[in-house]
Amino acid sequence: MSDVTTTTGRAPTLYVPSAEALATVLAPGSRPPRPSALSASLTFGWRAMLKIKHVPEQLFDVTAFPIIMVLMFTYLFGGALAGSPRDYLQFFLPGIMVTSVVMITMYTGVGLNTDIEKGVFDRFRTLPIWRPAALVGMILGDVLRYVLGALVMLGVGLILGFRPGGGPVGVLAGIGLIVVFSFAFSWVWTFFGLVLRSEKSVMGVSMMVLFPLTFLSNVFVNPVTMPGWLQAFVKANPITHLVASVRAAMAGSSDATNLMWVLLWSAGFLVVFGTLTMRRYNRR
Amino acid sequence: MSRRTTGPAVEAVGLTRSFGETRALDGIDLQIPTGTVYGLLGPNGAGKTTTVRVLATLLRPDGGQARVFGHDVVTEADAVRARVSLTGQYASVDEDLTGAENLVLLGRLLGLGRSAARERAEGLLAAFGLTEAAARQVKKYSGGMRRRIDIAASILSTPDLLFLDEPTTGLDPRSRNQVWEIIRAVVAHGTTVLLTTQYLDEADQLAGRIAVVDHGRVIAEGTPGELKSSVGSGTVHVRLRDPARRDEAERVLRSALGVPVQLEPDPVAMTARVGGAGSDLDAGAQAALALGNLARAGIVVDDFALGQPSLDEVFLALTDHPAVEAGERDEQMEKAR
Repeated sequence: MSDVTTTTGRAPTLYVPSAEALATVLAPGSRPPRPSALSASLTFGWRAMLKIKHVPEQLFDVTAFPIIMVLMFTYLFGGALAGSPRDYLQFFLPGIMVTSVVMITMYTGVGLNTDIEKGVFDRFRTLPIWRPAALVGMILGDVLRYVLGALVMLGVGLILGFRPGGGPVGVLAGIGLIVVFSFAFSWVWTFFGLVLRSEKSVMGVSMMVLFPLTFLSNVFVNPVTMPGWLQAFVKANPITHLVASVRAAMAGSSDATNLMWVLLWSAGFLVVFGTLTMRRYNRR
Repeated sequence: MSRRTTGPAVEAVGLTRSFGETRALDGIDLQIPTGTVYGLLGPNGAGKTTTVRVLATLLRPDGGQARVFGHDVVTEADAVRARVSLTGQYASVDEDLTGAENLVLLGRLLGLGRSAARERAEGLLAAFGLTEAAARQVKKYSGGMRRRIDIAASILSTPDLLFLDEPTTGLDPRSRNQVWEIIRAVVAHGTTVLLTTQYLDEADQLAGRIAVVDHGRVIAEGTPGELKSSVGSGTVHVRLRDPARRDEAERVLRSALGVPVQLEPDPVAMTARVGGAGSDLDAGAQAALALGNLARAGIVVDDFALGQPSLDEVFLALTDHPAVEAGERDEQMEKAR
């Protein structure tokens, strides 16, 4: 392959390195101060935005997938469980929002697993910046996807007849909770994304964790009819706490106990898996 | 910017690193002077990339010690990172992003403000002949353009030590020359360059000193001149018309050149190294002498060529084993990563 920069209809221009031109760009300016942790993370967040701009197909999983989830389960279970899909939706929509967004978090791990194999991460890791910035920025980019996914589901829900008692403020608070939890929970997947060898194994592990976690909860049905041992699991499940808090927020009430649990779980995921991730990231 | 000019750029002693069963580094010692191009020459799997990754703080050594401008690569990694920059074997830029976006991104990460980063990116793109390709995704670049954007990214904040891991592998000759010119300009500016390569002529063209690496060890070190005098600066290839006269021709060449002549599997072909320390003549004069003596002996030569010794020949001369064997280790190592 020749490396001429061709433009149609014009003679190709050849690049001839000129010592003078190179000397001007090599002239040492004073080295700028090292960017702050926040600024570096936001820059990596900008990289995630640029990637979405260049590969918009990757938004498929936060648009089509959530729509399918809402439609499918609303009409599948609605009549049987609540008398009508519309009535079921009042109970179900906050739960399916949580389920879908939490499921989408696994792409953080899958993305990192493929991204880190590319040479560009070698460059990032040789930069004198705050070490977690590349990963924090990546997850910040994913947070945007979570918000988008939640808004898409809200839109579908409103069209189908979801009428949240909490109004816009309650709905936003609910989405805020989902985003906070998902940001923290994403670190579980960055860890697996770094530890596991292939994209496929990251997917496999994610599914194995996410299916029981989201289905064995209060998302689809009220847990009272479940056997005792299952109720015990459901009660301890962080997804249950999250769904209860989101439901409360969207209904316009508040549920302090569940809210506290959500924040505790979030902090726990962030501290434990954030630390494990960074240890792994540094040792590679 | 304080540029440390005293002391070596890199000092490594007894570096070891294993990947599973494979010992990628088996006690590497390096002393790289500041302000020059230093060549690491060796076949795939010799340990060149692993050495670079250790020195660039990407990989911790199992044993040994390495200092870059006096800073330990393990305990003072951040201080090392502030002085070095890496252009890896595979593009060290984001292929999904455009050339301009890549440079602005890195400029921001190095602490430049928004407009300063954009300005810097434009300047670099112009100097590297990429202005027209600025808004195109890097994955649509040709091999030569990719290399250039990669090196441009590496000198965004001009480093004191630049690692170039096989910068010309897979490039056509013209792109290769462009990269060489860029490397020369970078060094002229005062940056130390650690270059890995599989090509002896590349190391010869650019490097002030060369370390030959094999099986994770430095097996020879010196200036290109010193290495060539131990290996020979050239190789003479001869093809005869009549295979029956090859033994006779071998004797003529041996006495004319004063070196052993290797008989090739092809019954009319043979090879000899020329330009080594054993002769006062340069490689060309020796080759001419050899050709003349063959003609005088009445031996018809169909084909005659004088070339640089290949990496294989260098290895044969230094280690008595060809370089190819090490290539298989590369794959194992890739898997172990």
